[in-house]
Amino acid sequence: MAKIDKSFVKVRNLKKYFQTGTQIPFLKKPPAVKAVENVSFDVFKGETLGVVGESGCGKSTVARLLIQLIKPDAGEIIIDGLAVEKRGGISTRDLRHRMQMVFQDSYATLNPRMPIEESIAFGPISNGKKPSEAMLESKHFMDQVGLDPNIYLHRYPHELSGGQRQRVNIARALAMGPEVIILDEAVSALDKSVEAQVLNLLTDLKSDLKLTYIFISHDLNVVKYISDKVMVMYLGEVVEYGTVEDVYNSPKHPYTEALLASQPSMDPSRKLKTVPITGDPPNPINPPSGCKFHTRCPKVTDLCRTVNPKLQSTDNVDHLTACHLASNVTEVDVLNAQKGLNS
Amino acid sequence: MKNNSKNIAPTVLSVSDLKVKFVTPDYSVHAVNNVSFSLKRGEVLSVLGESGSGKSVTLSAIQRLLPKNITSVEGSIKINGEEILTMSARRLNQLRGGQIAMIFQEPATSFDPVFTVGQQITEGIRHHAGCSQSEADKKALELLDLVRIPSAKDRLHNYPFEMSGGMRQRAMIALALSCDPMILLADEPTTALDATVQIQILLLLKDIQKELGLSIIFVTHDIGVSIEIGDRIAVMYGGQIVETGNLAEVINDAKHPYTKGLLSSTIHANSSGKRLHAIPGSPPNLSNAPSNCSFSERCEFANETCKNTIPDNVKLGIERFSRCLRIGVWE
Repeated sequence: MAKIDKSFVKVRNLKKYFQTGTQIPFLKKPPAVKAVENVSFDVFKGETLGVVGESGCGKSTVARLLIQLIKPDAGEIIIDGLAVEKRGGISTRDLRHRMQMVFQDSYATLNPRMPIEESIAFGPISNGKKPSEAMLESKHFMDQVGLDPNIYLHRYPHELSGGQRQRVNIARALAMGPEVIILDEAVSALDKSVEAQVLNLLTDLKSDLKLTYIFISHDLNVVKYISDKVMVMYLGEVVEYGTVEDVYNSPKHPYTEALLASQPSMDPSRKLKTVPITGDPPNPINPPSGCKFHTRCPKVTDLCRTVNPKLQSTDNVDHLTACHLASNVTEVDVLNAQKGLNS
Repeated sequence: MKNNSKNIAPTVLSVSDLKVKFVTPDYSVHAVNNVSFSLKRGEVLSVLGESGSGKSVTLSAIQRLLPKNITSVEGSIKINGEEILTMSARRLNQLRGGQIAMIFQEPATSFDPVFTVGQQITEGIRHHAGCSQSEADKKALELLDLVRIPSAKDRLHNYPFEMSGGMRQRAMIALALSCDPMILLADEPTTALDATVQIQILLLLKDIQKELGLSIIFVTHDIGVSIEIGDRIAVMYGGQIVETGNLAEVINDAKHPYTKGLLSSTIHANSSGKRLHAIPGSPPNLSNAPSNCSFSERCEFANETCKNTIPDNVKLGIERFSRCLRIGVWE
């Protein structure tokens, strides 16, 4: 088991609760939204990790925690061996040089009063680069994302189309010279024909600049297309993690199975006849006990209702899942777990 | 063939040469240009198009929901032979809800937050059927059962915010069906939903459609969804229907470069590893009336004629049309 630790981004036991409302003295504490709980994963250099899940499963919260837009309640984030915001680690300011993020809404993320050139140069300038130099470089980054600097340099965001604005956002992320880019639903708002253009661009940039991507999306087909590894989330927890081939071809968690089966088929002669799973995702303020998926799981057992399964390897070491039925848990483990629960 | 045509279901809705233009002092948008289609009884028509292609505007025009002061609508929209565009407001009110109903994308914003779901459903029933509250209540309960809302009786007294997204969309469908319409207009009803819930709603709609013999126009930007639900498909681009026909025929054998491009740029389960065939450029600006093929700027097969002639519909089969000047040349 002496494996060399080559993970570039390492996340361990990340936790974030959002408090709803304000605490009034002597009254009951308002409930917290358990957005992210016990999330651990690794991203290797030069790889793309796809994160999928339904709305409210915590995938965007993980992204915002990674880049320190919000502080985690617990857990650690280690990038290239350096712990973020820990002693002897890396500060948020330095982290920004290594990790950047592209958001879903390309219009809301650009300053409407700032020409494209300035938007791209803004990051480097505020990090101490000479403005004249940074402005010159922004031309280079525009070229890199396929926007003609001669035409678009002095334009404002509202003069661009959605696809072009998303290219500007990518250029702005590249301007900081990052090694990791987090793409949070970066192509979801685009039309299909434009989405393909941006995905092709991302693929090219990744191989040219040796980038690592964390690609968050609700679209399983897009994630399958762009990713090397996939992480499936449900109600703030990771339920399955593995290579694209493993997860898509032999899903181990019933939720992943249901998610894959819910995809509309692209073949008019093979339409779905029955519903893969019923019900809506539960409210993350008051998640179910035990395995959080048990309320909708077709294979639920008594054990699932009481004990939350841990994320662990299946018969394949690199394919992890959090399901009692998939892992090779023995009866003894179960009893131990229940004892632990009662004590 | 003559015998066959007798078995074909009657047309319930026919739209011909619909033109919708928005005009304000600052700008004008030619949102819909010469759209014609018809809908038969018991048929599901998927309308597929990207944002700004005019699909939602077409739906709104059918119900005359567009703001009067800035819109000009030309052409003809007939429901069972009755012209909608020149109809009196009184008659229109009878038709809306009674014969033609709509499901919107965002169930959270299309319900009134200060009334319970039950109140909102019964309001329409009482207005159209003129029955008592208790009869309306009974009908509402049946409807919630029809859309498979669990413990329907309690749910009638829920406010919209007390329901989850999927449940609200089910209630929305119940509301739309409350006055036994013949035609259901669905404007991206599953776009805001999660994948596992989306497929539930799609299959529910399909079941209800078969059970009640409804005609549905289902507007969506998602090819997978349009394939899942449709019998027939109309592909819209730049305010026009560029291709229409039987769903399987269009998807398996696209006869318009845009449909072809859309299909090949869409990622499906086995496109991993391959480079995506993207359509270059971006959708057209609709501020001027069309003077050419709206797709010609992005089309790799366009020639000079395409850039200065408006293409007509080319008939390719029974109810199968493509608006392309170079049909047969580019394939």
